[in-house]
Amino acid sequence: MRKAQGSWEKRILKSLNSMCTELSIPLARKRPVGEQKELLNKWNEMGTDEPDLSLFRPVYAPKDFLEVLINLRNPNYENGDSLSFRTHLGLIQVPLKVKDIPELKEFFVELGLTTGQLGIDDSTQVPPELFENEHVRIGQKVLAEQDSAAAQQYIRQGSPTALRAELWALILNISSQPEDILYYEQLKTNVIQHDLLVDSLIYKDVKLTASNDDYYFVFEDYLYQVLLCFSRDTSVLGHFAYNSASPPKSYIRGKLGLEEYAVFYPPNGVIPFHGFSMYVAPLCFLYHEPSKLYQIFREMYVRFFFRLHSISSHPSGIVSLCLLFETLLQTYLPQLFYHLREIGAQPLRISFKWMVRAFSGYLATDQLLLLWDRILGYNSLEILAVLAAAVFAFRAVNLMEVTSLAAAEAVLADLSTLKVMPLLQIFLFATVT
Amino acid sequence: MSRPKNQNYKGHGLSKGKEREQRASIRFKTTLMNTLMDVLRHRPGWVEVKDEGEWDFYWCDVSWLRENFDHTYMDEHVRISHFRNHYELTRKNYMVKNLKRFRKQLEREAGKLEAAKCDFFPKTFEMPCEYHLFVEEFRKNPGITWIMKPVARSQGKGIFLFRRLKDIMDWRKDARSSDDQKDEIPVENYVAQRYIENPYLIGGRKFDLRVYVLVMSYIPLRAWLYRDGFARFSNTRFTLSSIDDQYVHLTNVAVQKTSPDYHPKKGCKWMLQRFRQYLASKHGPEAVETLFSDMDNIFVKSLQSVQKVIISDKHCFELYGYDILIDQTLKPWLLEVNASPSLTASSQEDYELKTCLLEDTLHVVDMEARLTGREKRVGGFDLMWNDGPVSREEGPPDLSGMGNFVANTHLGCVNDRNNQLRQLFRSLQNQKKVSS
Repeated sequence: MRKAQGSWEKRILKSLNSMCTELSIPLARKRPVGEQKELLNKWNEMGTDEPDLSLFRPVYAPKDFLEVLINLRNPNYENGDSLSFRTHLGLIQVPLKVKDIPELKEFFVELGLTTGQLGIDDSTQVPPELFENEHVRIGQKVLAEQDSAAAQQYIRQGSPTALRAELWALILNISSQPEDILYYEQLKTNVIQHDLLVDSLIYKDVKLTASNDDYYFVFEDYLYQVLLCFSRDTSVLGHFAYNSASPPKSYIRGKLGLEEYAVFYPPNGVIPFHGFSMYVAPLCFLYHEPSKLYQIFREMYVRFFFRLHSISSHPSGIVSLCLLFETLLQTYLPQLFYHLREIGAQPLRISFKWMVRAFSGYLATDQLLLLWDRILGYNSLEILAVLAAAVFAFRAVNLMEVTSLAAAEAVLADLSTLKVMPLLQIFLFATVT
Repeated sequence: MSRPKNQNYKGHGLSKGKEREQRASIRFKTTLMNTLMDVLRHRPGWVEVKDEGEWDFYWCDVSWLRENFDHTYMDEHVRISHFRNHYELTRKNYMVKNLKRFRKQLEREAGKLEAAKCDFFPKTFEMPCEYHLFVEEFRKNPGITWIMKPVARSQGKGIFLFRRLKDIMDWRKDARSSDDQKDEIPVENYVAQRYIENPYLIGGRKFDLRVYVLVMSYIPLRAWLYRDGFARFSNTRFTLSSIDDQYVHLTNVAVQKTSPDYHPKKGCKWMLQRFRQYLASKHGPEAVETLFSDMDNIFVKSLQSVQKVIISDKHCFELYGYDILIDQTLKPWLLEVNASPSLTASSQEDYELKTCLLEDTLHVVDMEARLTGREKRVGGFDLMWNDGPVSREEGPPDLSGMGNFVANTHLGCVNDRNNQLRQLFRSLQNQKKVSS
């Protein structure tokens, strides 16, 4: 796995460097004073800037990453030559251990049919006395006691809208201390003083994705404020200790290969890809104070999101999620899986982009937030794979009738009307297996 | 047919006392295209008539109304989509006059507190006739910004902001002596209004809300509120330093469409449900409840203020588009009322909203004579006012005044209209079967 991650990183870095040479733009440069002043004035409305980004391309897109994952092979693994019904027919060919439905049912026990859920039991037909009122009351109590562990347990059943921002902050251990605000201001100063090539990539990504979204376009300026600072935040390097990835390195001009002149580039070690800004966009719904928004995002990234684009064997890593998705589909919806495979529409090719983005931009915001509640509550991203499988199960009838990849994509193009919790519940607890 | 004994619940005004006939087909006429035409053409049993043919239903434009209403005979069942003198509510100068008068009356009858509920309209002066009054107010509040709006234009045309008196010299009443007057081009009527300098911002942008209210009659007053609507965002960030930049301050989509920043793909609208959720996550549900009930107050009081002035012809109904601005203290302000809200769709989502809105409007107008007249909800419309407030609860109203009253409005709430319509029409059918 590490080898694969290593070579993937080399590819990304090469791509970044070649873009840099092609466009003759330095990876980093200090801004002249005039430009610094200008940027400071425009800090709250960077979205109005329309720099020429036509020559910039995102360094990579999720589908490039998928190709890499598909080609992962474990050279030490011998599974015998004969094909049997156990042969995995999906794209991922790495034999990692993933949970099956009985194990998932145990893991996600609080999502069961007999437990109240927000996203199901707060709908208009259900009188609030049955569940919602009590749940809100408990949430308020948890917040009053500032009990992080209790909050994590509580949020497995979903968070009331009014309490969500505080609950997430409690679970992620974010409290806005003066030092944190100061740190953010420091990052902001770094942005003002130095211009990074990566900044243009961020701009391009925001303009291509979040700004075009019907709901997130409003938060465009916040996204710049968060992401530009994020790329300069060296404290993020800390997460590489438990990440199989390593931060890309660059060398001061003319000193290639000399370790004393190596710096991490970008400073936080994370090269953004197409769609990266969508990790931040939903958080703008909850947090409006830039430094708090920043901290929440950073914490979400170093706990969860980084696993979605680095190659590792962790159960919440993207490779495991892909394998979990494919296994669930092949085991519990074999007809559908086989049919899609026959018409050249391997299901993972469609669901991959959902999982890499943690469904941001695909689901309606309120549904997305309910989903992310559970990610925090269970401290695991496996729910993304389960949801992806549940979506396929939900639209199975239509999918059985399509005869091409394009048609399958069309059936699954619009997820904005889906209700996440009923889908998950039915898939895990109410389907005959 | 005798009136029902129970005085506590009144039907919402379809002709009682006589069985309404079911018509074989309903002849409709309209000059508007876009969503309205789609809805009318798809309605079962409705046929289009053109030119001089006789019609049962006419969705007309206001100029036709002005020229023809007074000499058009309409049978009892015929419906038309405007009130004869709707401009009492929709022209800015008349609306202000009516509201000011209503406020005075409320103060006399019910005291200062009740009258204060009419303070949802920023201080406004008609120009040029109230020029001097305006100058007095202007001088009392130096440095604030004012907005000038032409009384009769729409889509943001002709509007500008100012802070200095010399910017509005043209409207000075005594600037012209009587000798000059015949040579002068008469100045268009404008209103000068106090500009709301602290609008609520989302993502640094200003927005206003478009809400739909359907009035079926003024005497008695019967009004329905549609659950859906949208927030329209300005494309640029709000700042008071650039009062010349029309695009910053005006949120009409028509104006935004010409802004250099405008990307049609962006759409600059949020559905009201999204807006309501956003506010709830930021300020909590109670603050949001208060805001929305303040908005209900705006709708009702504005309609009450013109109740005695508008000619309440039983053939008329009207679908109004209310423009509301929220300020940073979460107080809603009425910007204006539109008698002909735009029915053109700017996006797929918008198309669906307007189509459903129009379908439900036609359900309430009920040319097909299906409703009993006692419904409190039809599709996405909730009966907001029925000669008195309408409560969400079933059964006789709480006459003890013990304040458990919850209004029957659901603005920005879930709109499961398909389910509701299905259940409604099924039960109506069953009732008909039982009684026939």
